[in-house]
Amino acid sequence: MSLPKFNILKSTCIPLPVENVDTDQIIPARFLKATSREGFGENLFRDWRYNKDQSPNTEFVLNNSTYSGSILVAGMNFGSGSSREHAAWALFDYGFRAVVSSFFADIFKNNALNNGLLPVQVSEAFLEKVLKAVQGHPETEVRIDLPQQLITLPDGSSEAFEINAYKKSCLLNGFDDIDFLLSKKDKIKEYELKTAMLYET
Amino acid sequence: MEPKTLFDKIWDRHVVESIEGGPDILYIDRHYIHEVTSPQAFTGLEKRGVQLMHPEKTVATADHNIPTKGQHLPIQEALSRVQVKTLTENCERHGVTLYGLNHPYNGIVHVIGTELGMSLPGMTMVCGDSHTSTHGAFGTIAFGIGTSEVEMVFASQCVLQPKPKKMRITIDGKLQKGVTSKDIILYVIAQISASGATGYFVEFAGEAIRALSMEARMTVCNMSIEMGARGGMIAPDEVTFAYLKGREFAPKGKEWDTALEQWKQLKTDEDAVFDKELAFSAQDIGPMITYGTNPGMGIAVDGNIPQLDSVPEKAQASFKKSLQYMDFEAGSALMGRPVDYVFLGSCTNGRIEDLRSFAAVVRGKQKAPNVTAWIVPGSQQVAKQAIAEGLDKILEEAGFELREPGCSACLAMNEDKIPEGKYAVSTSNRNFEGRQGPGARTMLASPLTAAAAAVTGKITNPAELV
Ligand code: SF4
Repeated sequence: MSLPKFNILKSTCIPLPVENVDTDQIIPARFLKATSREGFGENLFRDWRYNKDQSPNTEFVLNNSTYSGSILVAGMNFGSGSSREHAAWALFDYGFRAVVSSFFADIFKNNALNNGLLPVQVSEAFLEKVLKAVQGHPETEVRIDLPQQLITLPDGSSEAFEINAYKKSCLLNGFDDIDFLLSKKDKIKEYELKTAMLYET
Repeated sequence: MEPKTLFDKIWDRHVVESIEGGPDILYIDRHYIHEVTSPQAFTGLEKRGVQLMHPEKTVATADHNIPTKGQHLPIQEALSRVQVKTLTENCERHGVTLYGLNHPYNGIVHVIGTELGMSLPGMTMVCGDSHTSTHGAFGTIAFGIGTSEVEMVFASQCVLQPKPKKMRITIDGKLQKGVTSKDIILYVIAQISASGATGYFVEFAGEAIRALSMEARMTVCNMSIEMGARGGMIAPDEVTFAYLKGREFAPKGKEWDTALEQWKQLKTDEDAVFDKELAFSAQDIGPMITYGTNPGMGIAVDGNIPQLDSVPEKAQASFKKSLQYMDFEAGSALMGRPVDYVFLGSCTNGRIEDLRSFAAVVRGKQKAPNVTAWIVPGSQQVAKQAIAEGLDKILEEAGFELREPGCSACLAMNEDKIPEGKYAVSTSNRNFEGRQGPGARTMLASPLTAAAAAVTGKITNPAELV
C-alpha cells in the first residue's frame, strides 16, 4: 500500500490559535467506533464545530467561510493526549495536508507522517507571523516545500523545518513503513536468532 | 565500558538496524491490542495479504467500549457491539489470544498485562494506546503507538522509532499523610507542564519512588504521557521481583532464577548521562487536584487557582478558555466546592490498592446524597479480589456499588458519561474538554481525594479523613 505523496504544497490556511489542542478535541472518543479508516473528517473537531443542538457553531473557524485551504495553523503542543490515529485520519479526511505549529506531541507526529499529513514545526516567532498574516489576509497563500524543507510566506519570509531523511523520502515517494519493514524481514529473523531473547513468550 | 542509562541498555539490545538519517528498527517483545485501535490494522494486513509474524506475542482484550453493568448481556450500543465482535473475529482468524468480555482475565489492557505477569523487566512493549507507559513501572520500554504502527508490529514484530532523549526525574524524601503516587505525578506535571517532557523518555528515581508499591509505581508511569513523555520507567528492584513472583505468565522455576539474574542488571549505571535531570522533594507535595482542561493544570487541593497575571502572556488565552469551560474563577479556591460525580477506576487508579484506599476512607461513613459515584475495578481479577476482601460490602454499607470492569468514564465511550456541566472528581488521567462526556467538567485526583469528595459531597483535603 502506498502513502499519499507530498512534494510542494501551496495553499491558503485555516488558523486555530489554540494551545494544547488534544486528540480528544480533534476527534472525540465517541466517534472512534468505526472499523474502517474513512469518514472521520465529518466529526473533526466535533464539539468545537457544532453547538449542543447540532447546529454549526458559527464562531468556530471551520464554519467561517473567510478561511479555507489545506493547511491548519495551530498553537503549540498540537496533538497531545491519546494515541488515536483517528486524529490524523480525521484531519486528512477533512482535507488538510499539513499542520503548522510550534510544537507537536510525539505520537501525533508519527501518526501524521504515517498518513501523508505533514507536521511542520516552526519557531514560535514564525508561527505568530503566519497566524498574523493569515488572520489579517485570509487569502494569504503559504508554500510548504518538502524537498527544500522550507515554509514560505508571500512576503518572502521563510523558515526551515526539520524532518528525518527517512520519513522525507517516504513522503516524497509515497512509500509506507510497512512495505519497508517487510523488505527487512530477513534482517529481523536474523536478529531473532542472534539475540538470546530474555523471554520466550 | 561507557556508563549507560537503563533506557539505553534496553533500547540498544532491541535495535535490529539503525536507518541512516532516520529511525531505528526496534524489535518488540510484547504487543497488547484492544477493540478501538486494532480493526484498521487487521484490515490493512489482510489487504496486503500478510500474516502476523508472531501472533503469540500479541494479546488482546476488550475494554474501551464495554458496559460496566450487565456484561453477561449482549452489548446494547450497536457500534460498540460491532467493534467488540470485530476484535473477536480478527483474533480468531489470526490466532491471537483474546481475553474478551466475561473472560476471567478480562479488564483494562494496562491492568491485565501487569497483573498476569506478562510485562517483564527488560522488555520492549507497545500498544495502540498512549497509557502503555504504565508498564514502564517494571523496568520496560513501553509506549503507545498509532494504528499504522499496530499493523507494523503485526507484520514485522518491529516498529520504526527515532531514539528519544533521556530525562531523569528524582523524587527524594518521604510523602506526607494523605499523599499518594497520583499526587506525585500530578505535582510533577503541574511543575513542568503538559508538554514539559515531549521528546523524552523519563526514568523516575529517588527515595520516594523506591518506597512505592508496584501498583503505585504504575500510576506514576501511567501518567508520564500526560507531560508529553514518550514513556516513563522505573528500574526493577526487590519490590518488582516480589510482585512478579508466582504471577500467571511470569517465568517459573529455573527460568525464574535465570530471569532474576538478568533483571538485577537492569539499572542506570552510576555515571550515565541524561539529556535532562529534574529533582523534586516529596515533602513539598500535597494532595493534588486539577482545575483546568489539561493535566498540567493542577494545584494542591487546599490551594488556589492561579491568577491570570501569573500565567505567561501567550498562554493566557488558553488558560481563560479552560476556566470558562470549567466555570471557575482565576485566583479562587476549590476546597468546599460541591461535586456531582466521583469516578474511581481507569488504568491509572483502578487496581486493588486503589479500591482498598477508597474503601478505607468511606468505611463507616455515608456517600453524600448529592454525589453519583462510579466505582469501576480495572479488571475481573481486581473485582474478584475486592469481593474476596469484602471491599464490596464496605462500599455497599457506605452507599456505593462496585461495577463491572472496563475503561468506563475514563473516556466515556460506553454509557458511563458525566452529564454536561457536571463536576466530577476522577481518578483517571485526562481532564480534556469532553473527555468524560460532552461538556463534562473533570477534576483529576487520587483515590483518597476522590473518596473524601464522595462522602463529603465537596472538594475536601483527604488528609483530614485518613
Ligand atoms: S482506562 Fe482510560 S486511559 Fe486507560 S486504557 Fe482505558 S481509556 Fe485509556
